[in-house]
Amino acid sequence: MRILVVGGGMGGTIFANHLARRIHHEMKTGKARITMLSASHEHVYQPGWLYVAMGRATPDELVREQESLLEPGIEFHVDPVEEFHLAQNHVKCKSGKVHEYDLIVISTGSRAMPENIPGLKENSVNCYTAENAVEYYKQLSEFKGGRIVITVGLPHKCPMIPLEVTFAMYDFIKDRGLLDKTEFYYTYPIGRVHSLENVAKWAAPEFDAKGIKYETLFNMKEVDGKNAKVLSEEGSEVAYDLLVAVPPHKGQEVIEKNGLGENGWIPTNRHSLHMEGEHGKNVIVLGDTTNLPISKAGSTAHFEAETAAENVAAVVKMGRPVKSYDGKVFCFIEAGKDRATYAMFDYQNPPQPKAPTGSVHAFKMAYNKLYWATARGLL
Amino acid sequence: MAERTVDARGSFCPGPLMELISNMKSMQVGDTLELLSTDAGSAKDVPEWVHKVGHEMVDTNQDSEGTFHIKVRKAK
Repeated sequence: MRILVVGGGMGGTIFANHLARRIHHEMKTGKARITMLSASHEHVYQPGWLYVAMGRATPDELVREQESLLEPGIEFHVDPVEEFHLAQNHVKCKSGKVHEYDLIVISTGSRAMPENIPGLKENSVNCYTAENAVEYYKQLSEFKGGRIVITVGLPHKCPMIPLEVTFAMYDFIKDRGLLDKTEFYYTYPIGRVHSLENVAKWAAPEFDAKGIKYETLFNMKEVDGKNAKVLSEEGSEVAYDLLVAVPPHKGQEVIEKNGLGENGWIPTNRHSLHMEGEHGKNVIVLGDTTNLPISKAGSTAHFEAETAAENVAAVVKMGRPVKSYDGKVFCFIEAGKDRATYAMFDYQNPPQPKAPTGSVHAFKMAYNKLYWATARGLL
Repeated sequence: MAERTVDARGSFCPGPLMELISNMKSMQVGDTLELLSTDAGSAKDVPEWVHKVGHEMVDTNQDSEGTFHIKVRKAK
């Protein structure tokens, strides 16, 4: 079986490594082959950009050579796919090379699109690329006081980041003795401070205790940089001195261009993770690339990838899949520089977050280093 | 005018309302969206947002399996 993995991020890498370990024998005897195509030779631990923005990590700490993470036997090419020909079971890459497959896994991820909100890109900071996180740190470290506004676009990657940047900045400003000169103003698209009701019930009192103000039912419409104001779809205006954005996201352009899904999100079966539609039988979609109504987060890609790898291995060995994805997501929530909690949930069970502790934060810091074992399919 | 269905059953995060808001950005004025939700809160928070922004509620009902079907029209 020729298995083609498109995308060398969390989903693609964890899938390929898990699968390679499970079908080691079949790969050795030539019965199965795994090929990965990626747009980059680097693999980036994206959750680490939050720490770069707070001056607690540097971008190079978050990067490894993609090839060094892959199990022996996985064929790797830096050659982004430009054309998907699903009816003919092949893709065409930027180099012009054509790769045929029996099964394709599409895990191309998502991208922040601040340019989709007028005025947002040029008037705000965010931590969704290394360059932006460095600029965020520069502006935060030069901040002398005033109003910091947090504004959130939809959809976005990492549902905890609006809370995390707020708590992290609070501690950052507190440590610099600027709390009495700073006002935090948090905005959020729905009628509570977080999409997860139990997380909102925990976070709102934390905001109250810290004096962090918030406005809900606030969806960015545009940013008036000249007058330093954010305008919402709901008709309100908020003035800022430093604007911190969680920009709206889209899937990759190549997904849209090939007509695989609106805004780059591919319609996906929530349990089998196969693409919906007539050519979906041998197409698996992972991570941010799906249109599933669950969090766009590394842990989602991780748990989906494990399920998919187990299924593909079972198909190789016995002709049938064995598992159904249950919607599992696990997100750490950094509640400042030295406390954290977490939210774990699936399609059936909402999260029950506990009060933040130093030990969960310590575990999160350890996980930031252990991630490379996760990428290798070991953890 | 186009119609679309968003299946947000079992969605705790981002949740039905966030799914609806995201989808409405891609729609044209006059298009309708049917939201499927197993969260009872959707029957309250979707109309609250729709009215605040100035879109239009078309219909809300709950089927025999408990799923809410909430229909909204983009008005601006």
